[in-house]
Amino acid sequence: MLLNASGCLDALTAPDVARSLDAFVTKTITPEPRGGNPPVRVAETEAGMLNSIGLANPGRERFLAESLPRLRALGVPLWVSVGGFSAGEYAETCAVLDDVDAIELNLSCPNVDDAAETATEIVAACREATRLPLYAKLSPSTWDLAEQARAVEAAGADGLSLVNTLRGLALDERTLRPRLATGTGGYSGLALKPVALAAVYACARAVDLPIVGMGGVRSGLDALELLAAGASAVALGTVLFADPDAPARIRGELAAELAKRHLPDAASACRLAHSDRPGDFKLGNRLQESAANS
Amino acid sequence: MGPYTLLRIERGDLEPGEPGQFFMLEAPGRVLPRPMSVCLATPRELAFLIDPIGPGTRALCALVAGEELHLLGPLGNGFDLDVERPLLVGGGIGIAPLPYLSRRLGAPPALLGFRSDWHAEAAALVPNADVCVEPTYVTELLPEEHVDVLACGPEPMLAALRALVPDAQLAWEAPMACGYGACYGCAVELDGELRRLCVDGPVLAGAA
Repeated sequence: MLLNASGCLDALTAPDVARSLDAFVTKTITPEPRGGNPPVRVAETEAGMLNSIGLANPGRERFLAESLPRLRALGVPLWVSVGGFSAGEYAETCAVLDDVDAIELNLSCPNVDDAAETATEIVAACREATRLPLYAKLSPSTWDLAEQARAVEAAGADGLSLVNTLRGLALDERTLRPRLATGTGGYSGLALKPVALAAVYACARAVDLPIVGMGGVRSGLDALELLAAGASAVALGTVLFADPDAPARIRGELAAELAKRHLPDAASACRLAHSDRPGDFKLGNRLQESAANS
Repeated sequence: MGPYTLLRIERGDLEPGEPGQFFMLEAPGRVLPRPMSVCLATPRELAFLIDPIGPGTRALCALVAGEELHLLGPLGNGFDLDVERPLLVGGGIGIAPLPYLSRRLGAPPALLGFRSDWHAEAAALVPNADVCVEPTYVTELLPEEHVDVLACGPEPMLAALRALVPDAQLAWEAPMACGYGACYGCAVELDGELRRLCVDGPVLAGAA
């Protein structure tokens, strides 16, 4: 299953790109409208990019009244990303959302101040407010991510989105001043991939929740690696900026990567990645034999 | 020409769009493409005027004949060409969309400003142009009578023009990652509305 990472696609300006995904995830919605941070808000780096958009969005009321009906009309399964500055704010938005396929709680935007409560407390408050599937989007900056995954699972999360961006800084080569107006921003793209793999791998062993893996996916092989690490779906972020045709391409490449390894599905790739015994690469051989014999 | 490079690309079946619209050009070896407005369009070619100021634009200027490049476009909103007395105004690399605009409007008068004689060599791309070099600014040379200003240039120039000619059509520039409304990198707040220069601009007419 292929999604977009929140904030990396607008289905209303690029409906065809949204339709090439299995579900569309909105930009994060906050209770009040937000203009976001001052420009410059994006900066390319050697192995990725920084952004400091700052949760620019029309606010909950206008989203519900204007955007949501048009998004529903696209016919693509819809996930709404919810943000806020307190557990109550998150929960209020969750309470008024219905008829969407899932809610992703943005618990980890590096460009705005955190809510006072912990991720676990926010998930618990939102669990009270909605019966919709709740995905907790966590920051890879947390040292013991597996522990946090267990905590949000206990608080009622139905799934995890891993990972959000990492905080980063880029300096202008001429002036040596920060290139983003806010100084630091969220770092995404290629360099995030090993971080995402480690997070997905650790959480897949810690909890029994579906995981949307994201971070630096540019190819079908990148997607396969995240699925092998334990993700059940993959989201595309930075790659969509450079290549709006990426979903179809990556889908095709992923199928080819599985076929090349004679793997029937992503779950068998996951069994290989999580096999504890060094000799267990033979599992791959057995799968290859069974595929060859079938 | 001067510090700039005119990158000419075989057009294939790409439409050039309207003057002021732009394409995202793959920057070889870089993560993100770069937004470039169409400088010239012929039946066989699209040309883009590029100032090599960073790694992406330097990579584009270093391309050699025969190399292939991925383009996405045309994107955004261009200039409204239904004007009675057009005056094209450009500053520095902001003259990039004016050659194509001039051709579509039948070579109307133009007013171009540059920071040095070397930069001003690019003025050769725009016919019927008066050229000034700093410390003279284009805003000092505007005609007294009302004209329809269509302009592109650095932000202080556009801001000064807007104060003098409130109904001017201005092509703005902002760093953007995607060019098609996905990243919100180029969004500016105007009259309380969040507007993305890539889909609502880059040309904004009489914006307050």
